[in-house]
Amino acid sequence: MANQADTTPQSGDNRPALALHVPEPRSRPGDPVNFADVVVGKAGDQPRPDESTKPEDMKDLAYDLVRVLGDDNKAHGPWDPKLDPDTLRTMLGHMAMVRAFDERMFRGQRQGKTSFYMKCTGEEATSVAASMALASDDMVFPSYRQQGILIARGYPLIEMINQIYSNKGDKLLGRQLPIMYSSREHSFFSISGNLATQTPQAVGWAMASAIKGDSRIAATWVGEGSTAEGDFHSACTFATVYNAPVILNVINNQWAISSFSGFAGGERTTFAARALGYGIAGLRVDGNDALACFAAQQWAANRARANQGPSLIEYFTYRAEGHSTSDDPSGYRSAQEREEWPLGDPVMRLKNHLIEIGEWDEERQTVMDLKCAEEVKATTKEAEKNGILGHGMHHPFHTMFEDVFEELPWHLKEQAEQATRERITKFGSERPYE
Amino acid sequence: MSTETKTEAPVEQAEDRRINMIEAINEALDIMLERDDNVVVMGEDVGYFGGVFRCTAGLQEKHGKTRVFDTPINECGIIGAAVGMGAYGLRPVPEIQFADYIYPGLDQLISEAARLRYRSATEYIAPLTVRSPFGGGIFGGQTHSQSPESLFTHVAGLKTVIPATPYDAKGLLISCIEDNDPVIFFEPKRIYNGPFTGFYDKPVEPWKKHKDSVVPEGYYKIPLGKARHVTEGEQLTILAYGTMVHVAEAVAKAKGVEADILDLRTLVPLDIEAIEASVKKTGRCLIVHEATRTSGFGAELSALVTERCFYHLEAPVERVTGFDTPYPHSLEWAYFPGPVRIGEAIDGILKD
Repeated sequence: MANQADTTPQSGDNRPALALHVPEPRSRPGDPVNFADVVVGKAGDQPRPDESTKPEDMKDLAYDLVRVLGDDNKAHGPWDPKLDPDTLRTMLGHMAMVRAFDERMFRGQRQGKTSFYMKCTGEEATSVAASMALASDDMVFPSYRQQGILIARGYPLIEMINQIYSNKGDKLLGRQLPIMYSSREHSFFSISGNLATQTPQAVGWAMASAIKGDSRIAATWVGEGSTAEGDFHSACTFATVYNAPVILNVINNQWAISSFSGFAGGERTTFAARALGYGIAGLRVDGNDALACFAAQQWAANRARANQGPSLIEYFTYRAEGHSTSDDPSGYRSAQEREEWPLGDPVMRLKNHLIEIGEWDEERQTVMDLKCAEEVKATTKEAEKNGILGHGMHHPFHTMFEDVFEELPWHLKEQAEQATRERITKFGSERPYE
Repeated sequence: MSTETKTEAPVEQAEDRRINMIEAINEALDIMLERDDNVVVMGEDVGYFGGVFRCTAGLQEKHGKTRVFDTPINECGIIGAAVGMGAYGLRPVPEIQFADYIYPGLDQLISEAARLRYRSATEYIAPLTVRSPFGGGIFGGQTHSQSPESLFTHVAGLKTVIPATPYDAKGLLISCIEDNDPVIFFEPKRIYNGPFTGFYDKPVEPWKKHKDSVVPEGYYKIPLGKARHVTEGEQLTILAYGTMVHVAEAVAKAKGVEADILDLRTLVPLDIEAIEASVKKTGRCLIVHEATRTSGFGAELSALVTERCFYHLEAPVERVTGFDTPYPHSLEWAYFPGPVRIGEAIDGILKD
């Protein structure tokens, strides 16, 4: 049989040997960290084009970094959304709550109360501030690290915790992995867990809204790693073809579990620059600058609402913690990265800004942080009355078979009966916990 | 017996109005676009041109280009956008130009559309009907001939529907569009224009000469999950769907065998009552499909019949299928489960 992987060059071949490039991150565990390659422009230096600007006339913004909050903690330049102090304090409060919530849920997982959790530490602004720039009934198609949207939209913490515990209070009936929330009431789409699938769905929703002459727009969030999925390409293609009123938010937090952004093509260009090939407006934004996040999302929302088309926004940020409770980042990246990340911490930056403008102080911050922690703790205790994962206080057995279809077909009826028989054999009664 | 023949038709039939399957599908789409503002029809070449098989001809002109429109050549995007539209409240009817092209859209169908109701505990549903021509017999080669139905019947949360006549195509498609679950609607393209008997060397008869091409003009539905009794017989049961219903019927007739032929119409949910009743009556069962054999839907049918009718069986359950090869171009008729393969299987089953 012929060897299909014949590597021997034909005799006389004097063409140079090819070499495969396999991307390597800037540092691995124990390595010193150098972020010299991360170009951070001065806050306020980036121009803010009109929302109706053609993508090709604003292409520099796909390579630049839109920033508002400077090292002096002041807001600078044309992207300053000029939010009033109450709104800024609300934003800070939501971000602080997200952080407190993440801390508690992470610990809960370590204590065995649930199987899985994902923090968004360092990325709070990309969901909280961005979603605050949308109308509350604009439809969001999030990925798995946008708990900030739910908190900003006032989704009750207890519902989040019930879902995380998969307990008998869980509105999703214990069917979904923890943090895969869904809330139609909050215009928050059901989180999949398969990556980037939500992106063409968001475009489809936006197309439907446009077909109906509605005024609501759609926004989706996706990690930089999963922009490598075909679904993201589908989303961009459909968005541009139909001029869909949609915002494609790419959270570039540098890491996809253990694979750095280079494995999604980040070594050679920015993620915002993907927009240009599609004729979509592209913005690259400091993702740790809450004001820039708000301003960019507001710009894109105005654009979409005025039928000026879709936008792709890259939020340049850093995943300060592991991917989830299931991985240990010290096994694949340098711990120094988090310390030396050049864009700082989004919560601290917003806090310092409020202090700088005389609308906040350390004392109030301490009180707020304490209140957040106490509220989460109290709500956790309340949720635990509904049970924690694996302790039997789950939804009734037959719910396993419901909602596969609108009506239960014969084969699922038969399988449900079998499951009930097995349960009686095991426990002597159908519902041992009730 | 849960099988139905034509009793579902509430509309009086004009005696002479005979149409082919393409026209029947076009009518179903037209009626649903008219009745429900939330129905949208989309797919490659379906808009201005009216579809490569003409199933959407004239619909864009009549209903407007935001209701009936062309899409990029991107099946993942077609299904993915349809899922989002369904979440909004529309009732999308995407067309995948050939079933062979559906694979880039599989994740959106399997992981998304099929599970959305379940994973969101009914907050969101995906009421899509994905239409797609399938099956061979038109010299389509390996990329325009496949029958991938068992990939979909294996997925919890998807319904799979396959019509075999113009009358059924219209009534079933209307039911699918109104259904709140995602449905795969495979159209046997070999019989778009006439009921192919499998005798490929004989002239093709147009639908106009077939009784099931008499189709009422208005709205009617055929419920999903109900098989159709094609012929009544005592000697053996033949389970088939799509093109193979007509081939099986022609072979049984040619051999003078009195077969109880069931056109399954819907694979999920399956009309198990009709199957059981028929096999318990005849004691012999042949399953016929064009798809490849291993892990094909025939394996499921064979298992169900064996589990439920074993003590009524007088011969082993047999399957006649396509071979486990890609669909070859030049050797199409050697691949196709035609009269010889079906005839031999019938002989074998009736032997003792």
